[in-house]
Amino acid sequence: MLQSLQLAVMAPELTLAIGAMVLLMLGVATRKEHGELLLWLGVLILVAAGVLVATGHGTTPLFGGSFIVDPFARAMKLLTLTGAAVALLMSYDYWREQGRIKFEFPVLVLLATTGMLMMISAHDLIALYVGLELQSLALYVVAAFDRDSARSSEAGLKYFVLGALSSGMLLYGASLVYGFTGATEFGHIAAIVHDSGATLGLIFGLVFLMAGFAFKISAVPFHMWTPDVYEGAPTPVTAFFAAAPKLAAMALTVRTLFAAFPAIAPEWQQIVTFLAIASMALGAFAAIGQKNIKRLMAYSSISHMGYALVGLAAGSAEGVQGVIIYLAIYLAMTLGTFACILAMRRSGRMVEDIDQLAGLSRTSPLMAFMLAMLLFSLAGIPPLAGFFAKFYVFLAAIHAGLYGLAVTGVLLSVVGAYYYLRIVKLMYFDAPAERFEPMPGTLAAVLGVTGAFTLLFFVAPAPLVTIADTAARSLF
Amino acid sequence: MSYSWPILSAITFLPLFGALLIGLRRAEDESAFNNARFIALWTTLVTFAISLLLWRDFDPTTAQFQFVERRAWLGSITFHMGVDGISMPFVLLTTFLMPICILASWTSITERVKEYMIAFLVLETLMLGVFTSLDLVLFYLFFEGGLIPMFLIIGVWGGPRRVYASFKFFLYTLAGSLLMLLAIMAIYWQAGTTDIPALLNYGFPASMQTWLWFGFLASFAVKLPMWPVHTWLPDAHVEAPTAGSVILAGILLKMGGYGFLRFSIPMFPLASAEFAPLIFALSVIAIIYTSLVALAQEDVKKLIAYSSVAQMGFVTIGVFTLTMQGLQGGIFQMLSHGIVSAALFLCVGVIYDRMHTREIKAYGGLADRMPLYAFCFMVFTLANIGLPGTSGFVGEFLSLLGAFRINTSVASLATTGIILSAAYALYLYGRIIFGRLEKPSLRLIQDISWREVVVMTPLVALTLLFGFYPAPILDASAVSVDALIKNYHAALVAAEQARLALLP
Repeated sequence: MLQSLQLAVMAPELTLAIGAMVLLMLGVATRKEHGELLLWLGVLILVAAGVLVATGHGTTPLFGGSFIVDPFARAMKLLTLTGAAVALLMSYDYWREQGRIKFEFPVLVLLATTGMLMMISAHDLIALYVGLELQSLALYVVAAFDRDSARSSEAGLKYFVLGALSSGMLLYGASLVYGFTGATEFGHIAAIVHDSGATLGLIFGLVFLMAGFAFKISAVPFHMWTPDVYEGAPTPVTAFFAAAPKLAAMALTVRTLFAAFPAIAPEWQQIVTFLAIASMALGAFAAIGQKNIKRLMAYSSISHMGYALVGLAAGSAEGVQGVIIYLAIYLAMTLGTFACILAMRRSGRMVEDIDQLAGLSRTSPLMAFMLAMLLFSLAGIPPLAGFFAKFYVFLAAIHAGLYGLAVTGVLLSVVGAYYYLRIVKLMYFDAPAERFEPMPGTLAAVLGVTGAFTLLFFVAPAPLVTIADTAARSLF
Repeated sequence: MSYSWPILSAITFLPLFGALLIGLRRAEDESAFNNARFIALWTTLVTFAISLLLWRDFDPTTAQFQFVERRAWLGSITFHMGVDGISMPFVLLTTFLMPICILASWTSITERVKEYMIAFLVLETLMLGVFTSLDLVLFYLFFEGGLIPMFLIIGVWGGPRRVYASFKFFLYTLAGSLLMLLAIMAIYWQAGTTDIPALLNYGFPASMQTWLWFGFLASFAVKLPMWPVHTWLPDAHVEAPTAGSVILAGILLKMGGYGFLRFSIPMFPLASAEFAPLIFALSVIAIIYTSLVALAQEDVKKLIAYSSVAQMGFVTIGVFTLTMQGLQGGIFQMLSHGIVSAALFLCVGVIYDRMHTREIKAYGGLADRMPLYAFCFMVFTLANIGLPGTSGFVGEFLSLLGAFRINTSVASLATTGIILSAAYALYLYGRIIFGRLEKPSLRLIQDISWREVVVMTPLVALTLLFGFYPAPILDASAVSVDALIKNYHAALVAAEQARLALLP
C-alpha cells in the first residue's frame, strides 16, 4: 500500500524514465525513419509528465526523506518540463532542415529532464548528486550533438571538462558537510547545524557546494563555460540549455540552502549576494561587445541568473517567491527569444550575427514587434512581464535591508538595457537587410504564445504571484 | 458626480483601443495609411471629448479624488484610478494636445504611418495613466512604460543623430526611474500599501523621508528636467519628429512636476522643507545657465529645448515655495508651457517641413511671404517670454510672487531669467521672421496651409485666453492645492512638536 502510494507521487519521474527507455528501444528498432515521430512522442511524454505533476497536491517525503514532493517542487517541475517540452518542440524544424532527426536527441532530452526533476525534489546530498549527474551527463552529450561540427564538439568537451571539475567541487563540499554533520538528509543536517552553528569545516563545505551550484546556474565567477557552449552547441540545444537546466539548478540551490542550512543563512547570504552582483555586472558589461546573438544571450542569461539570485540573497519567503516568479517569466522570455533566433535563417543556413537582424521591422514586422517586446521585457521595462520579475526580487531585497545590492542591481539593469536596445535599434532604426525565410509554424506558435504572455502579463499578474507564494511558503 | 461606467478607464484606454484597430489592418499602402491617420485622429478627438465631459462634471470644491475606480489587481496593489484638482488639468492638457499632434504629423510623416500612429496612441494611454493612477506601482508602470513608444518615435522617425538621442533619452530616464522604483518598494514595506490616498496621510519617519525624497527626486529631476541632468533633452528634442517634440515638451516633462506635487511634497513634507533650498539653487542655475546657453544656439529646436529647461526652473521654484501663489503658479506655468512650447515646436515643424533644415541662419524675412505664420510665431514667442496678456505671464508671475515671499534673492535671480528669455526669444524671432527675404531658397515658401491653421488656432486662442482669464485652471486646482499646503504645514508643526517633546 505504502509502496504504491510512493510510486504514484513519483509518477512524473517514472513516466519520463520509462518513456526515455521506450523511445530508445523504438529508435533502435526502427533505425532512421521515425526520428520525427519519436520527437513528437518525446514532447508528448514531457506534457504527460507535466499533467501528472500538476495533478499532485500536498507535501510527501519519500525514501526516508531523501526525496520530497511539495508545492515548490511542483511549481519548479512544471516550469522545467515546460522549458524542456518547448525547446524540444522548437528543435523539430531545425533538425529537419539539417537532414534528419536523430532519435537520440529526444531520448537524451528526456533523460536530462528526469535528472532535473530529481534535482528539484532532492532532499538529501546523495539524491542531489545522482539527479545532478544524470542531468549533466545527458547535457554533455547534447552539447556535442552536432558531431561533425568542430564548434559543437568543442562546446561539448569544454562543458564536460568544466562540468566534471564543478561536480568534483560539489562532491568535495558534500563530503565536508557530511563529515562535519554526520548526515546527508537535509532535515538532519539542518537540525545539527542549528545546534552547532557555523563551524569552519561546515562553512568550507558550504562554499564548495555553492561553487558547484554556481557552475550549474552559470553564476559569475563560474560562468566561463556559458558563452562558448551557447555559441557552439546547435541552436535548439542552446535554447534547451537556457531554459530547463538553469531552472532546475536554481531550484536545487534554493532548496538546499533553505532546507539544509537555514540556521547559517547570514553565511550563505554573503556568498549569494556576491554571486548576484558579480553575475549582474559581468553579464551586463560583457554583453555590450557581443556580435553573435547566441553569445549575447549567454551573457544575458548570466545576468538574469544574477537577478534571480537577488531574490535568494534576501533569504526570505518573499525572496523565494520572487525567484520563482523571475524564473517563470525568464523562461517565457528566453523561449520566445530563441524562437526568433531559430527563425534567423537565410537560403537554408542559420545566421547568428546580430547585424543580420537589421531592418527586421520592415521585412517581417510581426516577428520584429514580438522580439522587440521580448527584449524590452528582458530589460525589465514596464508594463511588460520582465518588469514584474525584477519587481518581486528587488521587493524582497529591500525588505531584507539589502539596499546596496538593490541599488547596484537596478543601476546594472540600466547597463543591461543598453544592449537589448541595441538589437531593437537594429531592427527598427536601420535599413533592412535581406529577408529571412518564413518562420516555421512551430516557432511562430511558440513566439506567439510567449510574446502574448510577456505583453499581456500585466493584465492578470495575480495567478502566477499566488502560485509562487504558495510554492515559496512550502519551503519554510 | 460619478458615472455608472468607468469614465477614467475609458479615457485612459480608448487610445489603446484605437491603436489595436490600426494594428489589425495588415496592408501597407496609401489607403491604409490614410485609414490609420483618420482612426488616430478620431480616437484622440473622442478621448478629448470624453475628457471635456469629465471636466464638466468635475467638482472643484473638494480636494477629494473623484471618479474613483478600484479593482483587484495584484494583492494589496490595486488598480486604483481617480483625479483631483492637481491631476485634472494635466489630463485635459494631454487629451487636448494629442489630436493636434496627429494633425501636425498628417503630411510630414510618410513612412511607416501605421506604426507611428500606434506609437502615439499607446503613448497617450500611458501618459493619461500617469495622471489618473492612484497606486504607486500602477503609476510607475505607466510612467516608465512611456519610454518604449517615445524611444521608437525618436529613433524611427527622428533626425540624423536619432540613435544617439533615443538611447540617451531612454537610459537617462530609466536610471532615474529605477531609483524611484526602489523608493516605492521601501514605501511598500514601510506603509504596507502603495495606495496613494492612503500614503498621503501616512506620515513617514523623518529619517526615511530624506532617502525616499531623493529616490523620487532622481526620477523627477531627470524627467522635468532639472540642471544638471537636463542634457538628454536638447538631443531628444532636436532629433525627435515635430509631434514627438510637442509631446515631449508638452506632456512628458510635466510628469516630473506632477510627481513633485503628487508625491514628493505631500508624502515627504519634512524632506521637502529641508531640501527646498537645494531645489531653489538648482532651479536658479537652470534658469540662468540654460538661458545663456539658449542665446548661443544655432539650431531652432535646440534653442527652444534649452528655453524649456529654463521655464521648468520657474516651475520647481514655484512648487517648492509651498505657498498658494507659488504652487498655483507652478501648475499654471506647466500648463502654459505645455501649450506654448508645444506650439513653438509646431512652428518650427512648419518651416522644417518646407525647408528641411533647423539652422537659424537658413531663414530670414519670413514675414514677407508668411504673414499668418509670423503672427502665430509671435504670439508664442511673446508667451514664452511671459508678456502680460499671454498665459506665460500668469505662471511666471505667480511663481515669482510665491518666491518673493520665501526668499527674495532666489526670486531676484530667477527674474533675470525673464530678461534673458526675452533676449534669446526675440533674437530668434528677429533672425527668422524679420529682415529682408534675400535667401533664394526662401523665395517660394508658402504660408501655413488650412490644416496648419486648424492646428495653430486652438493654441493661439488658449494662449491668449489664459493670459487674460486664467480662472478655469486656477479654480480647478485651488482647493486641492490649498489642502496640499494645509497638510504640509500640519506635518511640519507635528514634527516640530515631536522634536520639542523629546527635548529635556
